[in-house]
Amino acid sequence: SIADSKDIVIDAPQIAENGAVVPIEISSNLPNTRSIAVLVEKNPFPLVAKFDFHEGAVPFVKINAKMGESSNVRVLAEAGGKYFTAFKEVKVTIGGCGG
Amino acid sequence: MADPMKIRATLKGDLADVRVLMGHPMETGQRKDGAGKPIPLHFIQEVTVKLNGKTVIEGQISQAISRNPVFSFRVKGAKSGDKVEISWLDNKGDTNRTEAAIA
Repeated sequence: SIADSKDIVIDAPQIAENGAVVPIEISSNLPNTRSIAVLVEKNPFPLVAKFDFHEGAVPFVKINAKMGESSNVRVLAEAGGKYFTAFKEVKVTIGGCGG
Repeated sequence: MADPMKIRATLKGDLADVRVLMGHPMETGQRKDGAGKPIPLHFIQEVTVKLNGKTVIEGQISQAISRNPVFSFRVKGAKSGDKVEISWLDNKGDTNRTEAAIA
């Protein structure tokens, strides 16, 4: 099972004016974080990106994502062989997935 | 051929902040052109970050990343002058690679 974790920090706007470019910054304070996956739950294809961190990398990333509509931005982190999750709700004024 | 990426790598103690701007349309395949024809899917799929030749971060990214992607990463154990190399591969098989020294 996947535990909710407060050690995953998601920094994203409460309200994104432009759904085509939503800045999302993610940090994991979980020891031995190997990977971080970012999902926008209500997007047509929810998985936005996944990063694997090798020795020498800090489990931190900042991305610009497209959001089609207001949605939770969910992060899945794999640390020490287990999965942890956190989310932040981002409201979107104008959707940015195109079409 | 793709334009070189803009990389800025600055040191804070032994942590290097790496910011990269990539030029890429990141088409989702959902948009239509003026004539109503769908614009084909065209997006960066993989991003690799290397420090002094060693891979430190591997990213798999989707068409949901914004047009002209901007990423920030952090690497540790870095010194001024160390080389950061960032490369990408897109769904058409095009690649790009740019190197920068940590300030």
